[in-house]
Amino acid sequence: MQHNVNWLQALLVLSLSVTLGWTVEVQRPRGVPLTKRQFYDEAKPFTCLDGSRTIPFDRVNDDYCDCKDGSDEPGTAACPNGSFHCTNAGYRPTFIPSSRINDGICDCCDGTDEYNSGASCQNTCKELGRKEREALQKLAEITKEGFLLKQQLIEEAKKGQQEKQSRLSELQDSRKGHEDKVEALRTVKETAEQPEKEAKERHLKAWEEHKAALRLEKEKAKMAEVFLELDDNADGFVDVSELQTHQELDPDGDGTLTDTEAQGLLGGAHKVDSTEFMNMWSNMKEKYVSEVCPPTPSSDLDKDPDSVYPEDDLDEDAAGEDDEDDDDDDDRDDDDDKVISPLQVLEKLSVCERERWCLLCNAALLPFSFRALEKEISFDFGPSSEFAYLYSQCYELTTNEYIYRLCPFNRVSQKPKYGGSETSLGSWGSWSGPEDNKYSVMKYEHGMGCWQGPNRSTTVKLTCGKETAVVSTSEPSRCEYLMEFTTPAVCLEPPNIDTQVHDEF
Amino acid sequence: CPLVAAAAAMGALSLGWFALCLGVAVAVDRGNFKTCEQSAFCKRQRAMKAGQSPYRALLDTLELSDSRVTLQLINDNNKVHLLLELYRLQGNMTRVKINELKPLKPRFEVPDVLIADPPTEPLSVVSRDENGVVLSLGDEARRLIVSAQPFRLDIVEGPQVLLSLNSRGLLAFEHLRPRKDTEDDNQPGLWEETFKSHTDSKPNGPTSISLDFSLPGVEHVYGIPEHADNLKLKSTDGGDPYRLYNLDVFQYELYNPMALYGAVPVLLSHNAQRTMGIFWFNAAETWVDISSNTAGKTVFGKMLDYVQGASETPQTDIRWISESGIIDVFIMLGPKPADVFTQYASLTGTQSFPPLSALAYHQCRWNYNDQEDVRAVNQGFDEHDIPCDFIWLDIEHTDGKRYFTWDPSKFPKPLEMLQDLTDKRRKMVAIVDPHIKVDSGYKIHSELRSKNLYVKNKDGADYEGWCWPGNAGYPDFIRPDTRAWWASMFAYDQYEGSTENLYTWNDMNEPSVFNGPEVTMHKDAVHGAWEHRDLHNLYGFYVQMATAEGLIQRSEGKERPFVLTRAFFAGSQRYGAVWTGDNAAEWDHLKISIPMCLNLNLVGISFCGADVGGFFKSPSTELLVRWYQAGAYQPFFRAHAHMDTPRREPWLFGPENTALIREAILQRYALLPYWYQLFYHAYLTGQPIMRPLWVEYPGDASTFAMDDQYLLGRDLLVHPVTEEGARGITAYLPGQGEVWYDVHTFQKHNGAQNLYIPVTISSIPVFQHGGSIIPKKLRIRRSSSCMENDPYTFIVALSPQRTAEGELYIDDGHTFSYRTEKKFIHRRLTFANNTLTSRSDALFHFTLEISSE
Repeated sequence: MQHNVNWLQALLVLSLSVTLGWTVEVQRPRGVPLTKRQFYDEAKPFTCLDGSRTIPFDRVNDDYCDCKDGSDEPGTAACPNGSFHCTNAGYRPTFIPSSRINDGICDCCDGTDEYNSGASCQNTCKELGRKEREALQKLAEITKEGFLLKQQLIEEAKKGQQEKQSRLSELQDSRKGHEDKVEALRTVKETAEQPEKEAKERHLKAWEEHKAALRLEKEKAKMAEVFLELDDNADGFVDVSELQTHQELDPDGDGTLTDTEAQGLLGGAHKVDSTEFMNMWSNMKEKYVSEVCPPTPSSDLDKDPDSVYPEDDLDEDAAGEDDEDDDDDDDRDDDDDKVISPLQVLEKLSVCERERWCLLCNAALLPFSFRALEKEISFDFGPSSEFAYLYSQCYELTTNEYIYRLCPFNRVSQKPKYGGSETSLGSWGSWSGPEDNKYSVMKYEHGMGCWQGPNRSTTVKLTCGKETAVVSTSEPSRCEYLMEFTTPAVCLEPPNIDTQVHDEF
Repeated sequence: CPLVAAAAAMGALSLGWFALCLGVAVAVDRGNFKTCEQSAFCKRQRAMKAGQSPYRALLDTLELSDSRVTLQLINDNNKVHLLLELYRLQGNMTRVKINELKPLKPRFEVPDVLIADPPTEPLSVVSRDENGVVLSLGDEARRLIVSAQPFRLDIVEGPQVLLSLNSRGLLAFEHLRPRKDTEDDNQPGLWEETFKSHTDSKPNGPTSISLDFSLPGVEHVYGIPEHADNLKLKSTDGGDPYRLYNLDVFQYELYNPMALYGAVPVLLSHNAQRTMGIFWFNAAETWVDISSNTAGKTVFGKMLDYVQGASETPQTDIRWISESGIIDVFIMLGPKPADVFTQYASLTGTQSFPPLSALAYHQCRWNYNDQEDVRAVNQGFDEHDIPCDFIWLDIEHTDGKRYFTWDPSKFPKPLEMLQDLTDKRRKMVAIVDPHIKVDSGYKIHSELRSKNLYVKNKDGADYEGWCWPGNAGYPDFIRPDTRAWWASMFAYDQYEGSTENLYTWNDMNEPSVFNGPEVTMHKDAVHGAWEHRDLHNLYGFYVQMATAEGLIQRSEGKERPFVLTRAFFAGSQRYGAVWTGDNAAEWDHLKISIPMCLNLNLVGISFCGADVGGFFKSPSTELLVRWYQAGAYQPFFRAHAHMDTPRREPWLFGPENTALIREAILQRYALLPYWYQLFYHAYLTGQPIMRPLWVEYPGDASTFAMDDQYLLGRDLLVHPVTEEGARGITAYLPGQGEVWYDVHTFQKHNGAQNLYIPVTISSIPVFQHGGSIIPKKLRIRRSSSCMENDPYTFIVALSPQRTAEGELYIDDGHTFSYRTEKKFIHRRLTFANNTLTSRSDALFHFTLEISSE
């Protein structure tokens, strides 16, 4: 019986040693990694690993430095350039500088570095290992999902890229054609304008009178329309609060239409009926912006009694509606053989239409969109354009004091949370990660200048994440900001093998 | 911290005022600070030219007691009587006091600076006649001669005049008087004075004093810090005098006599035969004129004089001018440099013995932004394997510049942060400035107000001025009860979030008052019976004194304090360390750090350093590396930077530069046992730590003006590289028949030679004196505490006689037990006949396992 207990105890000790990794410890001097065990043979004199010297083996780990490379003191702090191997069973083995042996601070999670300092170190390797495995697992999940998202991003980018490229080349082709067309149109227009001018002179007076009457009529109609539009609660009165939904009417331009100001616009009354409103309308009509833009400008024009000269500006309006539908516009341009004086058109147009017209007026628009497209294509959106989706997006992070805004490939800014003006923290500069990982860091430069300091600049560190978001901001040095940004675009392909913490046994 | 950078922090509070400053950010705005011409009393006094003194000694009033001689002086122009007191002090010193015989009210005499009433020795009358009295100052034919008309004092030794007082007749004592509306009285500057927008009401009228000293045979004088100037003081003829008035000077300029943050009115004179000192014991605004009859002469001119035998004896004349108080002068007669240091230390005390870790490396920045930042910096040192003992927090760590508090969002858990540092055996310093935010919700303020401990303005209300927190009050540190209260605020239960590894930094204690005259307190502010005018230069001294006392008390008297101060006065050495304020990242600022600290060391303040890297502006990598190399060999070794400069922790400049900086810091840590021993000596004896070469080689005239190299203690000679792009330096190795060893190569060089040494970016030229033994610790760890049980290595550098001597001092490194319980080891080491022996140098009861390798 007695015998059995001893045997059991021995077994228990043995199994404990195995889990703590002590069985290997006895086979090599303190601080030596397994890989170098063969150089430390108790039976032979020790030769420094740099070969510089051979010493009796009892001078290994005798707390006196004999070898220039520190290899005779793997387990003491005697050599300035030595290193100590922590086995860290259950976690990752590691080397620490030998200056950390017995310095009173637990560096190895197995506590083996503090064998003679009085520091009591807990073995935290298992716990660390567990945590790390968990973290790695989580990271692996994120990476996996992130990488899938990245594949989608790449696909989308590829499509987008092709589209843009083809549009660019179309634009390039059509630009020349367009220029020719403009030239032709100009000639047509000049020819057409000559008789028109004469007729105009003849009928000018009558025309003006007629027009004034028409305009008054139109004004009334418009006003009635506006009145209905304003009278939100349909009580037959327009009141101050209803008027305040139209901030554009603000007389002093400070951006707020106050009660008093609104009342002023209503001639001092708190609310007015439609007759009274007629008198007030002249105060507002300059600024008033209708709540609805007519869905098809053509219908509006058609109804307009002022359309003496039937004009075909439909295509142009349509173009203004969506400036990206350039191709269609071009097609319609081909049919366009009537020309109108732009001024005349403008006079007849509603505010919304005017805006559209103006967009179109910018015949320069074409070269602009051409340039914008060219610019977008010229950006380095990563090896597979996986960052393209960030273009023209903005991401915000709100901290205690500020709202930070990152618009990738454009700019970074900061705005006080409780009012105050926005400060530029830099405009897109370049990818500036290390050579082997260039796309891990973005640099934004030349932001607003600092007193006695540099212009503000921001470094954006990109890490793999499922979400695209700014996760932190800081200002490590005055006017030099640091942002952490997660995006699937930097997720690396997860390794196929199972990520396992390597235990040294 | 500097003044104008306040613009960023305080712009909204006082926009108008700062707008002025913003325009002149390039260098010091001289217009903010007075010249002698703009300081009424200086102008008045300086207008008086040398000549016959109106003062006459009334010999029949002479009274001789055991300890002193008294005698009346009369000014024959106004018949005002003065009382002259002469003391012979133990240790070869003479004290001369002159006050009004019957002042209208008492005049200020500086309290708390002397460590005790200096013990006297009897004076005796050797001879007297109607023209004077001869008093004996001891055995060696040393005499004090009082001449009656005109009044003058001469101290002679045998046939040689050592020093004369009032020999140029510049004694002037403006007696207190009631204001009369006479024309004389209405002279500008007598009863009121205006500088820029500030009017100084002068209720006491003119009160200034002046006295001249002649030093025959002297061409070299030093001391009277703090000035950004060379070690050897220059003639002030044709320029402004050196000014002593503690001021927060924004972006100070180099090589001029403008006042800076601190003032020690002690001047040393030296020639090959004798070193002496003059301690002008006055805490009011003071100007010092220096003229020399050889100052203008070239070396060739001097040689010509010598050859022709036509030379007059070289002589240096000194004139002190102070705004108020009395004339009280300690004349330290040497004769050796070490004697002068001993003499001065017997008056104002010695360097405090700091905790060992305070001698290690300090990492500071305005500001480490938050706890995460501190954690990252702490970790950065480990990641890059660079040792560091202290991380510092500047003003931004507080809750709205309310000292003794923490910003709740950036530093929500100070105890956790301090524990993180403790875990790495590192420590922290947090700033505590003396300006207190006027805010009824702030405990410190409301206690000061309710206890009525603030300085008062001239109308009797609490004095208020602008500083970092906006409107601020200034505790009246001159009062012992204020200091006791302040000290109690450092108790762990009062200073929330503080622990024993948190130490203190007192900045802005000149005091700095952003909207005050010359950026300081109004002179007519009131401290009880006295005007601020009388004691201005003492304010910072008291702040540090009270803070150090607080740190001692919180540990119940067990732990040594560590307090850094910017403002200082004579005696400040007793309370901690001093740094040279807001310097700039320029090569000239690196160079000037040496003479600035040497002059401080000569007047007792050994624990001196300059911001490594330069505070304002951003250093080039080369400058930063060179500054680390130089700073590693200066007593206080702290990197610091302005908040508008890019970050510059040691590892931010690429692996090569990280390695260079690491190496400089490693050299510092290896030498910590030697540094510690030097501080122990400084504490025991008052000998400086950083020494001009002439201190150890007093007869070697070639060393007298040298301030690009120095000795650490006696045995290490340091010649840091301070030139951009240097390819070599020329070090002077002193000592005929002596040898020096390059500490890096162990190469031996003969003394008494200029040695050219080629240098690379890794070179820090340092030499060990042949005949010395220097203790080192070669196992460099992450902080000095981690190294406490490590073995010592003795570097034995043999003299030509193949002998060497040294010592080893060891104690626990942080408590007072070395003096309360004599717990230390102090061994004297001798190497002779190829044997190293040690013997006990003192009683010791301290046991520690040491081995040596």
